[in-house]
Amino acid sequence: MSLKDWFAQRKENTQAEKQLDAEGMNRVADEQYAKLWHQCFSCNTNLPKKDLEDNLDVCPVCGYHNRIGAYQRIAQLTDTFVEWDAGMTATDPLLFTDTEPYVKRIADAQRKSKLNDAVITGLGAINEQPIALAVMDFAYMGGSMGSVVGEKITRAIEQAIALNVPVCVVTASGGARMQEGMFSLMQMVKTSAALARLHDAGLLYLTLLTEPTFGGVTASYGTLGDIIIAEEGARIGFAGRRVIEQTIHQKLPADFQTAGYLQKYGQVDRVLKRSEIKTEMGLLLRLHNTSSGKLAHSQAYQQLGLTVPDTVLQAEIALHKQPALAHNH
Amino acid sequence: MMSTPSAVSPEKIQPLDFEKPLIALQKQIEALATAQNNSEGISNQLQTLQQQAESLRQEVYGNLLPAQRLQIARHPQRPNTLEVIQALSPDCWIELHGDRAGADDRAIVGGIIEFEGQPMMVVGTQKGRGMKENLVHNFGMANPEGYRKALRLFEHANKFNMPILTLIDTPGAYPGIEGEQHAIGHAIALNIREMARMNVPIFSVVMGEASSGGALGIGVANHIYMLEHAQYTVISPEGCASILWRSASFATQAAEALKITAQDLTTFGICDAIIPEPQGGSHYDTASAFEAIAKQLKIGLATFKDYSAEALKNQRYEKYRSIGAFTEK
Repeated sequence: MSLKDWFAQRKENTQAEKQLDAEGMNRVADEQYAKLWHQCFSCNTNLPKKDLEDNLDVCPVCGYHNRIGAYQRIAQLTDTFVEWDAGMTATDPLLFTDTEPYVKRIADAQRKSKLNDAVITGLGAINEQPIALAVMDFAYMGGSMGSVVGEKITRAIEQAIALNVPVCVVTASGGARMQEGMFSLMQMVKTSAALARLHDAGLLYLTLLTEPTFGGVTASYGTLGDIIIAEEGARIGFAGRRVIEQTIHQKLPADFQTAGYLQKYGQVDRVLKRSEIKTEMGLLLRLHNTSSGKLAHSQAYQQLGLTVPDTVLQAEIALHKQPALAHNH
Repeated sequence: MMSTPSAVSPEKIQPLDFEKPLIALQKQIEALATAQNNSEGISNQLQTLQQQAESLRQEVYGNLLPAQRLQIARHPQRPNTLEVIQALSPDCWIELHGDRAGADDRAIVGGIIEFEGQPMMVVGTQKGRGMKENLVHNFGMANPEGYRKALRLFEHANKFNMPILTLIDTPGAYPGIEGEQHAIGHAIALNIREMARMNVPIFSVVMGEASSGGALGIGVANHIYMLEHAQYTVISPEGCASILWRSASFATQAAEALKITAQDLTTFGICDAIIPEPQGGSHYDTASAFEAIAKQLKIGLATFKDYSAEALKNQRYEKYRSIGAFTEK
């Protein structure tokens, strides 16, 4: 076929399609096609989007774990969830401008991601066990950690101490947010200092590292978990691959900084498939709550709209009676 | 006792680009002054030149750009950690080596000094003098083993009630393959958390450049002091420029935008005091630079002398707790 013929045929086809449309035939437009179908980044298989969604956004063919947003993650992990500090947003303390002003980047990120910043925090329940959650979202400026991320995570940890509940942080971040300069670096200290208090309070801290987790997040709350779980396929590290290659002038192995690689080097306890995470977290909570004897305060259950267990009520009643008992002696 | 690194004699100072007109003028003055001719013409000329030199000096050093301060902070003849240690405690320096797990990372040095009769633990990143020393100390870029050695020394100080002084001068942690394998992120994270839990006062002095997590891994303190030309940043201006401006050649703009000078960080409440430097930088007059550091350290020790362990931890917590910029709807 000559090029000329090809053009002629394409014109004909287009006209035929237009006619079909005009006749009210159900031609699926490209846009709609994209909404209904998904091509896997890893194995290139075309799948109905619904099949992917029903499989927790993991490719049913090759097992590739697609990135998911914070709310989606929370829905997958918890039975109920109450959000904290939802209205907190970033300001521009440095009046920072690179090729674009930071304030414009904030507005764009908020519009595109429909999020106020890169972390969602709150109280959730996994199998009726309360847990403070902080879930990062890569869709908001690459999940970068600025003042809002640091403040919300710190408050969540402080709330967890007040409510006597464990904490889980789900990471997804390229690292510190450069546009907030030293304010962002200092969030590493703020969050880790709060985790020091959590540690001293004897409460369980779980971290779930997801694709990707780097820089200041890895070097602070990301790797301070009592137990560290990495989601399958996630890339996790401190320095970026490119920076290391440029420094040492060497090609790095293909699996460098993957979840499996980190487990091989003793850095994560568990590498889990997305479908296994909730069950295992529920089990970990139960095992640790049982052995430590720590009971969440009744306010935690009340916040979640759950019935306060009898054990909790009895313990709190006993606590209130203590001064009276002491008096009897 | 330690071997004394030789101090730089003033005539051997390597001038920076922006200092060159001043150096040229000074040479002219010297040439005239050494001339055996005492005629009135020459002495008038000398006086004019000296006045010119003075006003030029004011102009050059009075309006230093952040990028020029960075050049001073990175000057190869700037006093380094071991030299400061020698000056603070000329008669006592017990260097302590190793992480007790297989390595002694010489990018971080540490040990016990006696400052004004007070035993103290000093830990700092060490930049070498010249290539040979720099290879030993890896240009002040530490690996996980260095941070683990630092933690061991912090714990020792905590056990024996020694105040801690950390001296920071590093382009960052070393971005290498082994560092990632040996969990550089976790090593830094753990130091941050554990420094938050120390029962003794901690002082950090940023001496030259302090970059990112590599600085923070020994940088959690009750008070942070910065030398007048020192810089403390979330990412090196070159790194920031290559990411946000897509070219490292925008480092000057990045240095400006990141607001990393001692003056900026004092405004932000991150730096607690600026240690004045001799005109042109500490390398022009090391003796007075050391004196200024000692003076500030004395003030710091006096400030926290009567603090209980709890009060020290609370002060440290609150210092970082209050850093952040955000709004709430």
